[in-house]
Amino acid sequence: MGRVVALTGNEAAAEAMRQIDPDVVAAYPITPQTELMHKFADFVADGLVKTEVILVESEHSAMSACVGACAAGARVMTATSANGLALMWEIVYIAASLRLPIVMTVVNRALSGPINIHCDHSDTMGCRDSGWIQLYGENPQEAYDNLIQALKIAEHPDILLPVMPTYDGFIISHTLERLEVLGDDEVKRFVGEFKPAHPLLDLSRPVTYGPLDLQDYYFEHKKAQAEAMKRAKGVVRAVGEEYGRLTGRSYGFFDAYRTEDAEQIILCLGSSAGTAKEVVDELREKGRRVGVLKLRMFRPFPAEELAGAIGHASAIAVLDRAEGFNGVSGPVGLEVRSALYGRSAALVGNYIYGLGGRDLRPELIVQVFDDLAGGRAPLLEAAHLGVRE
Amino acid sequence: MCYHFLHLCVRIPMNEITEIRWHGRGGQGVKTACEFVAAVAIHEGKFGQGFPEYGPERSGAPMKGFTRISPDRIRQHCSVYHPGVVLVLDESLFESEDLCEGLGKDGVIIINTTTPAAAFTPVCAGIVWTVDATKIALDEIGRPIPNMPMVGALLRVTDILSLDSLIEGVRKEFSKKFSPKVIEGNCRAVKRAYDEVRRNG
Repeated sequence: MGRVVALTGNEAAAEAMRQIDPDVVAAYPITPQTELMHKFADFVADGLVKTEVILVESEHSAMSACVGACAAGARVMTATSANGLALMWEIVYIAASLRLPIVMTVVNRALSGPINIHCDHSDTMGCRDSGWIQLYGENPQEAYDNLIQALKIAEHPDILLPVMPTYDGFIISHTLERLEVLGDDEVKRFVGEFKPAHPLLDLSRPVTYGPLDLQDYYFEHKKAQAEAMKRAKGVVRAVGEEYGRLTGRSYGFFDAYRTEDAEQIILCLGSSAGTAKEVVDELREKGRRVGVLKLRMFRPFPAEELAGAIGHASAIAVLDRAEGFNGVSGPVGLEVRSALYGRSAALVGNYIYGLGGRDLRPELIVQVFDDLAGGRAPLLEAAHLGVRE
Repeated sequence: MCYHFLHLCVRIPMNEITEIRWHGRGGQGVKTACEFVAAVAIHEGKFGQGFPEYGPERSGAPMKGFTRISPDRIRQHCSVYHPGVVLVLDESLFESEDLCEGLGKDGVIIINTTTPAAAFTPVCAGIVWTVDATKIALDEIGRPIPNMPMVGALLRVTDILSLDSLIEGVRKEFSKKFSPKVIEGNCRAVKRAYDEVRRNG
């Protein structure tokens, strides 16, 4: 049993960072992440952590500083949102390909334009193929829990990949809730001491990071990176179970709620899952066989396990909080269909919802379940849920 | 706990979630109040959720805040559409917004005003309570920020939190930012509004 506290999502993430006490943090402020780093900077100023904070002139520089520090052998963390992540782009890929276990919280926010500071998943969906592990959190508790687990996953010697734990901007980052936090010692024991595999500063074993890698070996290195991402599944599961033994809160690839006998299932990420669970309970009382699956791990994508968990349903709706601009489906919808192909006969509809922070009202979730039950799921072309036409 | 006029108190069933919507203007402390009430509920051992609605942030602009309090885990993260309690920190907002939206007949609206509650019953669906929170704030804190008196009124009208734990919460939470003088002023403001809030009829 941990200590019960009242914190916003950003404060919860900052608290986890304080307890981890990373060697280096480089960041640049952007809403709605700013409060996280503001809070962490307070901890640094108050001498509660030994972290060296590098204040940089842009997000591109923030990620560059993280890459340099991590290659040198430091335990490194940062945080960003939306356009900040977009400005990091080039170095986000480089961090992954150099196999640097950086942990970057991304507070999900819409990409401009038009200018919008509110939640959607267009930022992290945009870098889904960058080689980072992605874990989506539902509430401040999961913002805290995922951040602690992220470090242990990233630094596992079989993985050495950067991890991006995320949570929804404002909806979670600026919502105060009850959560349980561990003791500082428990967190430090759980994450352990960082032993960098190939630190640049180990002058007795000189190494090179980021050299030219052309037709001769680039392909092999990419294959090795892809293999590490596949192996990450086992580590994410093991770390989630170990965390469960410590806290009573186990984590896997997803959280399946009342799906076992469900005929209609909604699949979504992040804060929407909680609202959907409330709707599921109400509809169940009326005798409807409905369920919700919250996907926690989007990278790597748990295709086989997902098919096992929801493949029995007659109809599935995937809710995407990002537009795919392909006339077909949002990004999660495409991957779920692909995962079920050859494994399940379930019909998979796709809805784009909540762009720019548009609220997901419970009635809209009921409408989706009604569509699924009535054979009206948007199968061939995504529907836009709650948009004014 | 309701100490006075027990028959006039709104008793929220213990096993149910209470949803509260706050209306005010930027600078009146809506964000602080909606989060503070949730935090006190959490420290009482309940579940709480507090969040403001962020728009263009500027002093004087209309803004909303939301608080949920429940004996059980709160899972939803949507806005509050059917509040049991509405608090109006600035009555001029009646001119531009439907402050009673989603409020049922059993709901309660608490208004910061010098006008008697009866004047509001034609426009408000729920039970109307009034308090001069601005004057209380000016008298006790020295600044016209009505949020903490409104919290006191909320406690008198509903029984979602105890006055003692709230006062304890003020002393604990505010000690990081404010002088003892300001903290005690806030405590007096909470207690005065608790005593002075009046119901129509």
